[in-house]
Amino acid sequence: MLCDQCKERDAMVHLTQIVGAEVTQLHLCEKCAAAKGIETTVAMPKHPLGDFLYAVQQPAPPAVGDQARCAHCQTSLRDFRASGRLGCAHCYTAFEGALRELLRRVHGAARHRGREYTASVMTPAPETGGTTELESLRVRLQRAVAAEEFEVAAALRDQIRALE
Amino acid sequence: MTLDLSLLPDGGMPWITASGPHADIVLSSRVRLARNVAGFPFSPRARDAERLEVLDRVREAAGHSSLLAHAVLLRVDELTASERRLLHERHLVSKELAELDTPTARRGSAVLVGDEAALMVNEEDHLRLQVFRSGFDISGAWERASRLERELGDRLPLAYHEEFGFLTSCPTNVGTGLRASVLVHLPGLVLTQEIGKVLTGLQQMGLTYRGLYGEGSDVVGNFFQISNQTTLGRTEDELCDHLARVVAHVISRESEARRVLSRDAGYIIEDKLWRAYGTLRHARNLGADEAMNLLSGVRLAVGMYLIGGLSVYTLNKLLVFSQLAHLSLAEGRPLTEIEANLARARYVRGVLAEEAGGA
Repeated sequence: MLCDQCKERDAMVHLTQIVGAEVTQLHLCEKCAAAKGIETTVAMPKHPLGDFLYAVQQPAPPAVGDQARCAHCQTSLRDFRASGRLGCAHCYTAFEGALRELLRRVHGAARHRGREYTASVMTPAPETGGTTELESLRVRLQRAVAAEEFEVAAALRDQIRALE
Repeated sequence: MTLDLSLLPDGGMPWITASGPHADIVLSSRVRLARNVAGFPFSPRARDAERLEVLDRVREAAGHSSLLAHAVLLRVDELTASERRLLHERHLVSKELAELDTPTARRGSAVLVGDEAALMVNEEDHLRLQVFRSGFDISGAWERASRLERELGDRLPLAYHEEFGFLTSCPTNVGTGLRASVLVHLPGLVLTQEIGKVLTGLQQMGLTYRGLYGEGSDVVGNFFQISNQTTLGRTEDELCDHLARVVAHVISRESEARRVLSRDAGYIIEDKLWRAYGTLRHARNLGADEAMNLLSGVRLAVGMYLIGGLSVYTLNKLLVFSQLAHLSLAEGRPLTEIEANLARARYVRGVLAEEAGGA
C-alpha cells in the first residue's frame, strides 16, 4: 500500500482517527508520518496511544488455535496445553476466549467475584499506580476497538492521555 | 549460605504449639494467596534478572508490611538440596519451590518467614503469601493473609484482570488466588471405615483432599489436608466459610467415630494404641511411614485420654523432627535411609522417655 500523502513510499503507519462518531483511516509512510508529528513506533508500541493504533490496525484475531501466541511472552496455546501454565498476565487477554471456556469447566464460573483491586486505591505510589490503571484502561480500549465501540474507545483514549 | 533455623520465629512453625481450637484433631489451618507483580512474566517464564528484580521489589514492599517487617529472608536458590528439604519438611516451602530433585533451585527463589506469615517468592507465581494458624482457625488465617496482601498490594502493582481477577501462572488458581486448607487427623473415621463416605462427600461439596504435604503427597498416618478446589466465581469469605462449615462437620464426625470406637471396641482400641506407643518407646529401627502411622495411633490415644502426660505439642514436634532432613541436621551429616531409620528410632525414644519422665 502506498502512502496516502506522497504516493511514493510504502505506507508503514496506519492511523485511525476518531472524530465524534466518524472514523477515518490514514496510511502514511514513516517520513510523511514524522512530518505530521505522528509517532512511528507502531511495530513496538511504547505508550498507550501506540497500543491503540496497533490494536486498530490489526486484523481481527483469528479463531484461537493452538498456534496462537501471546505477543508479550511468546507463549503459545499449545505450550499452555502442554504445561498447564501461562507465561505472563497478557496471556489471559491473548487467549481470552479459550480460557473463558476452560475456567468455566474448571471453576464452574468465569468471572471473578472476590476482592477487587484498583491500583489508585491500593497503590498510592503514582508511578506504579499509574501503570496498572493505564494497563487496565488499555485493555478496555482494545476491547472497545475490537467491538467497534468507537465512542467508548475515544473516551478511554482521552482518559489514557489525561493519565499520561 | 548456611541455613540457621534458630533465626526463625517458632522455627517458622507457629502452628506447632497446638494452642488453637481442636488442636488434637486439626494440626493447622492455612490460607495461601497467589499473586503476581504486574509487568513481569510469571516466574517459570521469567529470566534470572527479572526474577531477581521481582525479589528485590518484594523485599522492599515486605519491609513496610506489619506482618513481614522483621521477617527472615532465606534465599532458597543459595541452599543445598538437604537444606531445601528441611524447609519443605516444615511446610515453609512447597515442593515446587524446594525443587528437591535438582542440585540448585531456580534463581531468585526465596522465602520470607515472619512471626505469623510467610511469603514464598518466585514459586510458580511471584508471590505465595501463607498464613498458618494452630488448630482450627481459618478465619484467623484469612484475616492475616488479607491484611498482608493489602499491605503488599499498596506497594507492588499486582497482575489483575477485571473479569478474571488476580492472574496466576496456572488458571486453576486465578480469581481470588486463595487456597484455604486444614490439616486434619482422622484415625477414628479410618478405623470405623467411614472415611470413604466423608471423602466422597468433600468432593461433592467442591472441596478436595491431599496428604500431609499437599499436592502430590500420599496420605500417611491418617492425616488429610482438606482445601477448596476452585478459586474463581466466589468471594474469599464464601470460600473460607464454606471450608470452615464442612470441616466443622468433619470434626464432629471424627469425634463421633472416636466415641463409637471407645464404646464398641474399647479394650481392642486401647490395646492397639498402647502397642503403638510401646513400639515407639522401644524400637531400634523405625521407617518414615511406620513412624508416621505409630504416631497417628499415639495421637489418637492422647485425644481419647488413654495416654496421659504426653502433649499434642510434642506429637507435632515429633512429626516434623523425625523426618529425613531434620534427622540429618541433628546428626550433622546427610544420612542414608538405613541410618535415618536408626536415628529416627533413637530420637523418638529419647523424646518419649523425656516426656514420660516428666509426667
